[in-house]
Amino acid sequence: MTIVDLFVDPLAYGFMQRGLIAAVMVGTVCAVMGSYVVLKGLAFIGDAVSHAAFPGLVIAYLIGIPLYIGGAVAAVLTALAIGVVSRRGNLRFDTAVGVLFAGMFAFGILLFSTIRNYVADLFSYLLGNVLGISAADLVQIAVLGLVVLGVIVVLRKELLYATFDPAGAAASGLPVTTLEYLLLALLGITIVVSIQAVGIIMVVAMLVTPAATAQLIVVRFSRMTMLAVVIAVVSAVLGLYLSFYLNVASGASIVLVETVLFLVALVLSPRQGLLVRWSSRAA
Amino acid sequence: MIGASGPAPAFGGVTVGDGAVIAAGSGRPAVRMQGVTAGYGARIALEAVDLEIGAGSLLAVIGPNGAGKSTLLKVIGGLLEPRSGTVEVLGGPPGAEARRVAYVPQAEAVDWQFPVTVEEVVMMGRIPRIGILRRPAAADHAAVADALATVNMTEASRRQIGALSGGQRRRVFLARAIASDPDVYLLDEPVTGVDATTQEDLMDVLEAEARQGKTVVATTHDLACAAHRFQQAVLINRRIVAAGPANLILDQRLLAETYGGHVLVVPGLPNGSVLLDDAHHHDESGGESHFHEELGR
Repeated sequence: MTIVDLFVDPLAYGFMQRGLIAAVMVGTVCAVMGSYVVLKGLAFIGDAVSHAAFPGLVIAYLIGIPLYIGGAVAAVLTALAIGVVSRRGNLRFDTAVGVLFAGMFAFGILLFSTIRNYVADLFSYLLGNVLGISAADLVQIAVLGLVVLGVIVVLRKELLYATFDPAGAAASGLPVTTLEYLLLALLGITIVVSIQAVGIIMVVAMLVTPAATAQLIVVRFSRMTMLAVVIAVVSAVLGLYLSFYLNVASGASIVLVETVLFLVALVLSPRQGLLVRWSSRAA
Repeated sequence: MIGASGPAPAFGGVTVGDGAVIAAGSGRPAVRMQGVTAGYGARIALEAVDLEIGAGSLLAVIGPNGAGKSTLLKVIGGLLEPRSGTVEVLGGPPGAEARRVAYVPQAEAVDWQFPVTVEEVVMMGRIPRIGILRRPAAADHAAVADALATVNMTEASRRQIGALSGGQRRRVFLARAIASDPDVYLLDEPVTGVDATTQEDLMDVLEAEARQGKTVVATTHDLACAAHRFQQAVLINRRIVAAGPANLILDQRLLAETYGGHVLVVPGLPNGSVLLDDAHHHDESGGESHFHEELGR
């Protein structure tokens, strides 16, 4: 069996083909969005939004509309609510977010527990099932993913300025508040697109890890985003094949590949790697 | 005249208390504030401020920590809505002429690990002019190159901002402001924590801008710099204590009133004396200490 066979053989299965396409698309959108998440410190918000999307998914299932729509509505509303809380709350921000997302998640679990026959499916929401993705799901992922990427590409200059120096950008006339809400809404959509592939719990890793890895290596935002996409795609492909051959959970496998790449960069990065720091301290 | 043993302070051209007018240049006020009160949450940072800043002023905003210096800039820049009072910037409400206003935050408000190069930061000054969906044109690249040359940072244009010294970081942010070709500069601590050469260079640049009719409003902790290099000064401690020509206003009695006795006067140096601000260098919003040169590699 050659190396090529190792990669080609699993593609005989339709679920592997769809899973691979889904993982690559989700990885790409998450990596681009993740660059903003990492630089604006939105990781906790991302985690909160993914949990808060759950009741939306369940309600969509209960009333028979596409899951993505229910999830997206809940995720975007939560993301925007977090934006409002961060601007005018009297509570500490992380406290408010913690209360909000735990409550939403509990509400989702409660609703889910009323569907007796489907409790087993809970795990596919929590942990994702990229190999269970249908052709229709792929279309939905592609459309929503393109919307997110399209908006980010169109506004990339403005988003960069508003992310780097919100005060300077606002004073010079950019609609920074609007851009921040837009970013939160895009985050909500990205998360919903990703949940079916990697699950509620691990979405945050897909968002944060490739971008964080890229930031260790390059010094320009545009290159950071591109490198994050490369890392995410490599991790998606490698992780999926590993899950196929080792017969382990696909979402976890993808996330672990990303984590290993991050740790390698942390040690070896020429810019801020631990090796460089240790050797410069010894010198 | 500044000094412990000097003659009685001269008050010509100095306004003490409210109703401060900073006239400079040819005429129209660039900024006009009437009865402005502003703050964050329950805290009042600025109270009943009346201030008129003439176009072409080179104005130092002086006061202890928490005196509302940064808040004053934020109100003028349209970043903070005042609780009461009226503010007019370039003839309209704050933010109406935003492209003609450049705001530079304090160094410690910036994420220096952010993956941007010097050139990219300066180009940000052009973004509101470039507009959505457009790429920077030749004129934008030229403006960036000019601004970098003005602050003597051309060679560093491709470096990541975290690799710069404290002085270089301030140069880059001033270049960003210059590149946006503003009529009003709002600079929060532009010469704090920088070496003497950088301070002189940056002040030369600001002086030249003011001479061309641009209005420069800068907060500073450096009283010696304020006295020697700025034309006008306003002393604030929540309220305006005094305003007028920088060399007159930096008077021991007025400073003592502003700082509540926290001013050290060192007599016997050329030009009378040097004033040292012994207030601890803290951000007004609390917490982080100011960036100092030695930390910047």
